[in-house]
Amino acid sequence: MTFTHLLSAGDLDRTDAIRILDTAEELLGVASRPIKKLPTLRGRTVVNLFFEDSTRTRISFEAAAKRLSADVINFSAKGSSVSKGESLKDTALTLQAMGADAVVVRHQHSGAPHRLAKAKWTNGAVINAGDGTHEHPTQALLDAFTMRRHLGDLEGKNITIVGDVLHSRVARSNALLLDTLGANVTLVAPPTLLPVGVEKWPVDTSYDLDSSLEKADAVMMLRVQQERMNAAFFPSAREYSRRYGLDTPRLNRLPDHAIVMHPGPMNRGMEITADVADHVRSVIVEQVTNGVAVRMAVLYLLLGGAAGEPTSEEGTE
Amino acid sequence: MVASDDAPRADSAHIPEAVPAPARTVLDDKDISRALTRITHEILERNRDASDIVLLGIPTRGVHLARRIAKRMSDVEGRPITAGALDITMYRDDLRLKPARALEHTEIPDDIDGKIVVLVDDVLFSGRTIRAALDALNELGRPKAVQLAVLIDRGHRELPIRADFVGKNLPTSLVEKVKVALTESDERDAVDIQGTNGGAAS
Repeated sequence: MTFTHLLSAGDLDRTDAIRILDTAEELLGVASRPIKKLPTLRGRTVVNLFFEDSTRTRISFEAAAKRLSADVINFSAKGSSVSKGESLKDTALTLQAMGADAVVVRHQHSGAPHRLAKAKWTNGAVINAGDGTHEHPTQALLDAFTMRRHLGDLEGKNITIVGDVLHSRVARSNALLLDTLGANVTLVAPPTLLPVGVEKWPVDTSYDLDSSLEKADAVMMLRVQQERMNAAFFPSAREYSRRYGLDTPRLNRLPDHAIVMHPGPMNRGMEITADVADHVRSVIVEQVTNGVAVRMAVLYLLLGGAAGEPTSEEGTE
Repeated sequence: MVASDDAPRADSAHIPEAVPAPARTVLDDKDISRALTRITHEILERNRDASDIVLLGIPTRGVHLARRIAKRMSDVEGRPITAGALDITMYRDDLRLKPARALEHTEIPDDIDGKIVVLVDDVLFSGRTIRAALDALNELGRPKAVQLAVLIDRGHRELPIRADFVGKNLPTSLVEKVKVALTESDERDAVDIQGTNGGAAS
């Protein structure tokens, strides 16, 4: 593995990304076995450090680490010393003192995992599980994994990502990773919900959802993140949903093989109608299943072998 | 376990260490074919019939060998028998000594509960691979029995493991390397033995 942390989907080159996806492919089989457990990370400690609420990502990382026999410590900011004002640094040093081999971080501020990894507050591998509006690399990996299972090699495939790109760490990570894998990404959003500098991303942008449906191999709907919105980005929810929501007529205009994705949690009736969310072509539940396999692959590749850079300290075991 | 009918191997001791020894071919394609045919018949003879046998190869070359044995078994039994593959990477005891390895494909053709599982590998050396395979099997089910078929047994066991079916016993020194080449992955069928220059055991 050419990386010791997973901070950004942009850090992965094509070889690394394919390696993670191929490994996940093999690990997906573990979920269908009578004993869903591998002994590989026995004696390793994985800390889930969650400063922000999360359901599926935390549970998914926990399940992944446990299926690899690692010990899991869950830390959420609520009910911890963070609410007494403890800093990220002191929290990290505490975890380091407890011997964490990997730290899975979700933080409300962009760049927190990067700071944690680069400041060497912890010797463990740092895995970004979503930082602010910046990145969410394992979500991008599981999305690419899901697409690959349905569409085959992603080289030349057209992926349309629709919605609140401005506040979405999922969109940024997906754009970077899908570009690495050779797919063509189109971001569709109202002008107010496209980030500044999007013209430097490896993507096409559009303000019109209908024009990019016919050629899409996959459509990914993003949640409208009301909790991060401090201004009026669109006139009304109803108007947003009319112009940028995925409903049945729009679904019917997609090619027959196209899949509908959503990173969750969904606002049914806002960016996606309930009919579409529960449609056979929606792979939203499958994304969650695949998330465990992808996170197992990431944990295995980061922790399974000799620690990081070639050191010989473990050679005497 | 050391067969006496082998050609003397003492000559390898006389090769000066500084000069890389050329590879010697100890089994050619016909030898491999004969050995696999014999192993097939031995498996069938030992187990009376093939109805509850599951062949599982250990990637990569063990899988090729398992498929070849399955084909021979199908010919003898007159019904299709498929071989599976069992990746043991996650169960290795030396994972922490090297950077994380890529996983191989695991494919179990049948439920293994109550079946006779025959593990197939190319070379039996320390026995650690087979130990890992037994652990992996343990989590897939409870076979009635597990047997082991290998093309080459080169000795130097580090665990109390032995093969039930052996293509050829090949007494080696630790500095030698045994290379099995199979057409599925290496363009030819041969077993070569190579003395190493540096003296590190493979």
